[in-house]
Amino acid sequence: MNETIKKATRQSYGEALAELGKENKNIVVLDADLSTATKTNIFAKENAERFFQMGISEQDMMSTAAGFAASGKIPYASTFAVFAAGRAYDQIRNSICYPNLNVKICATHAGITVGEDGATHQMLEDISMMRSLPNMTVIVTSDDTQTKWAVKEISKIKGPVYLRLSRMETPIIYEETQKFEIGRAVQIGEGTDASIIATGDVVCEAIKAKKELEKQGINVRVIDIHTIKPIDKEMIVKCAKETKKIITLEDHNVIGGLGSAVCEVLAEEYPCKVIRMGINDQFGKSGKAEELLKYFKLTSENIIEKF
Amino acid sequence: MKITEIKELEKISNKIRKNIIEQVYIAKSGHPGGSLSCADVLTVLYFNQMNIDEKNPKAPLRDRFVLSKGHCSPALYAVLAERGYFEKEKLKEFRSASGNLQGHPDMNKVPGVDMTTGSLGQGLSAANGMALTSKLNHDGFRVYCLLGDGEIEEGQVWEAAMTSYKYKLDNLCVIIDNNNLQIDGNIENVKGLDNIEGKFKAFGFNTIIIDGNNIEQIIDAFETAKLTKGKPTAIIAKTIKGQGVSFMENQAGWHGKAPSKEEYQRAIEELGN
Repeated sequence: MNETIKKATRQSYGEALAELGKENKNIVVLDADLSTATKTNIFAKENAERFFQMGISEQDMMSTAAGFAASGKIPYASTFAVFAAGRAYDQIRNSICYPNLNVKICATHAGITVGEDGATHQMLEDISMMRSLPNMTVIVTSDDTQTKWAVKEISKIKGPVYLRLSRMETPIIYEETQKFEIGRAVQIGEGTDASIIATGDVVCEAIKAKKELEKQGINVRVIDIHTIKPIDKEMIVKCAKETKKIITLEDHNVIGGLGSAVCEVLAEEYPCKVIRMGINDQFGKSGKAEELLKYFKLTSENIIEKF
Repeated sequence: MKITEIKELEKISNKIRKNIIEQVYIAKSGHPGGSLSCADVLTVLYFNQMNIDEKNPKAPLRDRFVLSKGHCSPALYAVLAERGYFEKEKLKEFRSASGNLQGHPDMNKVPGVDMTTGSLGQGLSAANGMALTSKLNHDGFRVYCLLGDGEIEEGQVWEAAMTSYKYKLDNLCVIIDNNNLQIDGNIENVKGLDNIEGKFKAFGFNTIIIDGNNIEQIIDAFETAKLTKGKPTAIIAKTIKGQGVSFMENQAGWHGKAPSKEEYQRAIEELGN
């Protein structure tokens, strides 16, 4: 993990999407008046005729994307996660997921790390809502390399995808040569004292905690679960068998999110205790992203406190 | 298979009406009122206007139809079966667990259904997406979208109307089935929809008002829409809810109710041959 170069996954998304647009002319991009923030403006500059500015109309945007998909296009629809999964939930459910249409919902500004905008803009329930929709694939990326892979990879699967992205700049975790696969978690380290199963913009906190714990003679592994659905059951069960402790970590409500998903797997396959770290059924608040991670106890220090 | 003879189209729409009544009667549930009011519009679309081939329902260059008021699926199923997309016998499976004809149209289960609908207010956006694809590809196909008058109480319809205008979707034709009734009563009392034409005009549409149960006027309106360039067209089709069955006409109570055996027989008798 390189902590000196930081980049937000929304930025990586914008760059990768513009590249993908050049390779695949079937891709169209829709945005709801947030293209400078979601970074779809990079695509817009380079592929103007395939960029559709929908205005402040998220519901219309989602159903329009469904119409594009129904007539053979591969639409990427972007806005903030709170407006995508929340405001346009019924459109995603009835016009996209039920007909299993090939729409890629790329939602930026997810989680508490939105920062200063506060609770109305900090989406903490989207993983829960999106993963309970049949046909939907749910991906939450943790760094630049993984995001660039995901943006391209999801264009190859047929069907709806929810890609969850962040506003906050985070360290680059992976080398460009790192291989990923949808539905397969990445294991970082072989430690058997604990598994920290994390997703999205707090994976870097888990990696920091791992390094600190090593100094204290505690050896943990970090599991970066980028695909929340379909979830990597095999990896979760393997970790429960091989390590003494299971901790989940997410920038999302502990209800219905990664922690719940891990518990569902373990309850059925290998019952054991799970410590769920995340937002404890609260709304967010204004503040700098880093301050909020501390306030909601999602930092590497907070992980270390669990040992 | 373009039928131009008005009398013949009227005969077909009468068959569609009987098949609507029969589906709802056999299923013991469904929406006869709004299905009957839009039967003539659907007949003209599928037998006179749309460039479609029932043997190749997924042809990329075909015209599309989005039934935004998805609860009027009996009308769509009847017209698709009449046109030959599937066996008429299948209509008996409407709303049954063993069949594919869902309460609301499912594009993956029924050949000829171009878009899955049911949650009101979403169809126009989907139709816009299709019309944009047609423009982007220079495919030249047209997209038709039928909305209920009660349905336009959904805010998304107006978000979508702004999109149709912005992208100058002159390959899109919206039809509003203006039968003046919705589940809880008259559209004026339920929400206050005064001047539907004025609303669409204000949103930048070319507007046409017709008697939506008059085949000739429906054809003329679609022909005018085709000639209109640079903006989308909205046809406000003044219709009668339950049209063709005397005791169902203009009765909000027949929005979503199945007829009894006696009512069924009377309805079929009234529709005649």
